[in-house]
Amino acid sequence: MPTLEIQQFSVSFGPQHPSTHGVLHLQMDLDGEVIVNCTPHIGYLHRDFEKICENRTYTQIIPFTDRLDYIGAMNNNFGYCLTVEKLLGAVIPERAEYIRVIIAELNRIASHLLAVGTFVQDLGAFGTPLLYCFREREMILDIFEMTCGARLTYSYYRLGGVSADIPEGFVQKVKDFIRYFRPKLADYHRLITNNAIFLIRTKDIGILSKEKALNYAISGPSLRASGIKFDLRKEEPYSIYPRLEFEVPVRNSGDCWDRYIVRMEEMEQSLRIVEQAIDKIPEGDFIAKLPKIIKVPAGELYFRTESPRGELGFYLISDGSTKPYRLKCRAPSFSNLAIISELAKGVKIADVIAILGSLDIVLGEIDR
Amino acid sequence: MADLDWVLALKNKFSDTVEEAPSGCLVLPGEDIFRAVNFLKREYGFDYLMNLAAVDYKDRLAVVYNLYSFKLKEKANLKVILPRDNPAIESITEIYAAANWQEREAFDLMGINFTGHPDLRRILLPDDYTGHPLRKDYTKEGFLPMPAV
Repeated sequence: MPTLEIQQFSVSFGPQHPSTHGVLHLQMDLDGEVIVNCTPHIGYLHRDFEKICENRTYTQIIPFTDRLDYIGAMNNNFGYCLTVEKLLGAVIPERAEYIRVIIAELNRIASHLLAVGTFVQDLGAFGTPLLYCFREREMILDIFEMTCGARLTYSYYRLGGVSADIPEGFVQKVKDFIRYFRPKLADYHRLITNNAIFLIRTKDIGILSKEKALNYAISGPSLRASGIKFDLRKEEPYSIYPRLEFEVPVRNSGDCWDRYIVRMEEMEQSLRIVEQAIDKIPEGDFIAKLPKIIKVPAGELYFRTESPRGELGFYLISDGSTKPYRLKCRAPSFSNLAIISELAKGVKIADVIAILGSLDIVLGEIDR
Repeated sequence: MADLDWVLALKNKFSDTVEEAPSGCLVLPGEDIFRAVNFLKREYGFDYLMNLAAVDYKDRLAVVYNLYSFKLKEKANLKVILPRDNPAIESITEIYAAANWQEREAFDLMGINFTGHPDLRRILLPDDYTGHPLRKDYTKEGFLPMPAV
């Protein structure tokens, strides 16, 4: 009888695959259905953001930051503007600070809604949860649209403040949203959180230990799901965050379910922040009076903020001219994705989809 | 910054460490960096590599390491100056797994060789690409620098 020859089989997962959330290519060597080796190939969206920045003025760069993490574009604007303002020494009007934080937190909710919706969709809950999440996200996008005119790439934050004052009816609309969204969040918990199939697909899958998370410089909800209570809004507070009350949700086992639940609880906390800030928006200017041509004093700075995906850092070197000499962007998804080859080892293909969904990556900022 | 415990200890152990005035970076010679980073991680809990950036200063290159200590809640900014021709430096992937992709990026876009890196390939650009676009003098057929604004 001839002997059966068994060999490893290599499969390309992506770059065109709905579960990769963009154009990510994972090359997987399989033994049956189990992954022996997983090599990520990135760079399909590369446009050398950092080189572009060296040739643009500080204000012209803002639209490019939108396109890094396009799901949380407001937070990217925020991080970039804060970095430049820090080196500039600009004083931001109180009103602008409040508007910025409210918008950033609404954007965080929109981003987490998309993360949770697509994550559950990838696991086979076809349609319903995703469409629920999109329905709620739509309301936030409507608020953004009436504020700045755009629905995805906002460029709403400017050096020194925001591009336009909040429109009439903004406060009421945000309050309506808060009142509407709280019960919906409870609905999600009933629908997803303790769903038997969801639990089987996510509990004890893709466990990321504390040590590994630190070693790989994981940040954001994925870090907090591994038992490290670290949120830059608390640890290195910027803007008006020190004045606002909120908790930092933490979980300890670091599996896919924990990463999911941390995001769910963060939405609740973001609602709390918006709720506190919305009543206190002071009167005044929405943008500081800065010169038309902005020259940033020579210096170097690494500044980081908490974006929905984690630590968004900008390393800025200025030579005193109107353009940055060097601007390096530390994208949270870039570091968070690097761990995939480690987590994917020895699991089945279906679980890689769960792991990838729970890490919540955006290829726009990975490829830059 | 100069009077912090870990800065003094670092200066003591690696006598060639110089503090760069405008940036607050600690500049180390290339051959010390691996041991210095290891020392900071082991003794002072700098267990988080926030960022690794390569910089082109036209006459020289530099690699900047931004470390964070959860224990001390402090940041360490280390810098190494490298020559423009054949820049090479010891990889710190053994200390931080996060350095793997960051160093590949610096290799890809700035052309810095990290010796001892387990898998030093291009990461963002195609494997058969030539040149390093983040160098200030980068040029290529069809590459047009931005007009002055």
